[in-house]
Amino acid sequence: MQQDLVHAIKSNPKYHQLLSKRKAFAWMLAIVMLVIYYGFILIVAFNKEFLGQPLSPGSITTVGIPVGLGVIVSAFVLTGIYVFRANSEFDRLTREIKEEVL
Amino acid sequence: MKIGKNILAALALSLVAGAALAAGDVGEVKKQAVNVTAIIMFLAFVTATLGITYWAAQRTKTAKDFYAAGGGITGFQNGLAIAGDYMSAASFLGISGLVFINGYDGLIYSVGWLVGWPIIMFLMAEQLRNLGKYTYADVVSYRFQRVPMRTMAATGSLVVVILYLIGQMVGAGKLIQVLFGLDYAYAVTSVGILIILYVTFGGMLATTWVQIIKACLLLGGATIIAFGALYVATGGSMSPEALFRRATEIHAKKDALMRPGALVTSPIEAISLGLALMFGTAGLPHILMRFFTVPNATEARKSVFYATGFIGYFYILTFLIGFGAIVLLMPADSGFMVTNAKGVLELKGGQNMAAVNLAQAVGGNLLLGFISAVAFATILAVVSGLTLAGASAISHDLYANVFAHGNVNEQKEVRVSKMATLVLGVIAILLGIAFEQQNVAYMVGLTFAVAASANFPILIMSIFWSKMTTKGALLGGWLGLISSTLFVILGPTVWTDVLKLGDPIFPMKNPALFSMAISFLGIWLGSIMDNSENARQERASFEAQDVRCQTGIGAEGAASH
Repeated sequence: MQQDLVHAIKSNPKYHQLLSKRKAFAWMLAIVMLVIYYGFILIVAFNKEFLGQPLSPGSITTVGIPVGLGVIVSAFVLTGIYVFRANSEFDRLTREIKEEVL
Repeated sequence: MKIGKNILAALALSLVAGAALAAGDVGEVKKQAVNVTAIIMFLAFVTATLGITYWAAQRTKTAKDFYAAGGGITGFQNGLAIAGDYMSAASFLGISGLVFINGYDGLIYSVGWLVGWPIIMFLMAEQLRNLGKYTYADVVSYRFQRVPMRTMAATGSLVVVILYLIGQMVGAGKLIQVLFGLDYAYAVTSVGILIILYVTFGGMLATTWVQIIKACLLLGGATIIAFGALYVATGGSMSPEALFRRATEIHAKKDALMRPGALVTSPIEAISLGLALMFGTAGLPHILMRFFTVPNATEARKSVFYATGFIGYFYILTFLIGFGAIVLLMPADSGFMVTNAKGVLELKGGQNMAAVNLAQAVGGNLLLGFISAVAFATILAVVSGLTLAGASAISHDLYANVFAHGNVNEQKEVRVSKMATLVLGVIAILLGIAFEQQNVAYMVGLTFAVAASANFPILIMSIFWSKMTTKGALLGGWLGLISSTLFVILGPTVWTDVLKLGDPIFPMKNPALFSMAISFLGIWLGSIMDNSENARQERASFEAQDVRCQTGIGAEGAASH
């Protein structure tokens, strides 16, 4: 990429807006996923009783079932949240930057 | 084995010959009777996929077609193909078998295989798409010295591909032996020949469609088994609570089935395994390659979203299948339990046959045949993806960029890639045969540890860290590759269990926590101590790389046709 194009993009305020928004959003979601997964693993390691208690009095289904399935569903939901915002807001910003500099 | 001009006929012949051989060979307990429904359904799958390969071959002319299906795959299609590339027969059979034996622990295990996907989405999917062309080595050599970086990335790719291939081929041979009553060597050879055909003639386009079809078949088949079993096991009420209650009444573990057991005993092992699964997924060359088949970052994101959904749904199904199997197969009078040599009652064919036996219990021989064919198709799809990734590392990275320094015409590069496919296919067959008697369960762990420690660190740092230099990347990458391999060999799984050399030298089964740390430390140390002129230039060129990475300006587009 030519140096002047790089500078044109880098001096565009929308570019910085895009970068800071996306970076904060992506890392926040990544950390949320890590916390959910490792939180689950740590509960499994240190508090098996919590996951083993019945979901409601008398039920055989334990708290662990919705929690485990919840981790799976959260992975899907988090990617969905990211795509929803990235494919609308971030893509729009990127398109505007391209229109302004190219 | 002679291959005639009509390859399909030859293949059918080999299957029949193998079946005949197996029928006369009653000495082996594991081998099952010839399964005609399964063979017919499998031949239908093979015919359809060879038809697709023929169609794809007409459309595969340039290097971009061969490596990246012309960049014209949609996000939804790629999501299915990623799922098809990732969901192996081993995870389908292995995880449902784990649930069958351990209940809740199977769910804990399966979760680890999914959580790498969101991480790929947030940190890598669009970056890969914007910076790369055909292989992930394109990304890690973007602003660094081409020859050493490509050599290292290609080595990392090939090590992962070969290790993964061994596990897949041995699994394939054994599975086909059980499901189709086909001799091991014939099974492994059939797999090898088919993937050579798919990949050499149809390239990425054929591979993609084989993976898409396989994903649909596997998800469809697993759905039928899971909900069919839920229906039958609960007497039509379809209530999971009823399923769990019946299961705890039948299973020897009783209520303990519903809570975490012995799988996670050492938190540090669990954390280390979690790291390997999570970041190993983000370092698998055949998975990373799929991001170059879509036209832009928007579609790349969509593909991860769909893939995460399909893979997550698949793991939920394996959990249901495991519990369905407990209820319908585990009672001694179900007809699916046999007394083994030690006088213990066990599942016919072993615990990994839970899903397959359940298919028969729910849908008779028709569903059994269908699911057997699906399992074979699953292996073919995964092995094709691996072979294509390995061949691309050889032709695009080593041949075109290391040996020929980028001065090579496209046609020649594609020809080299096809030859590499042929060689890899033959190697896969030979490795499959060589490792027949070995326990290869540790291969998957090793693969993910290497991918997480060698490929992932240099990839993520080259995208995000402006101060990385060639020296740092090389130091960290090689250290990660060597340390992860050494730790696995010196660890309890290989040193003690496989080689039987006594107490392990490295205490942990899952070394990723340490080998990843070593790799990142190597990258950091090697980079900050590098004050060469090259290093200065590499740091300066981060700016341009980052602009392309963030905006996609200058990125590879879709082919015009």
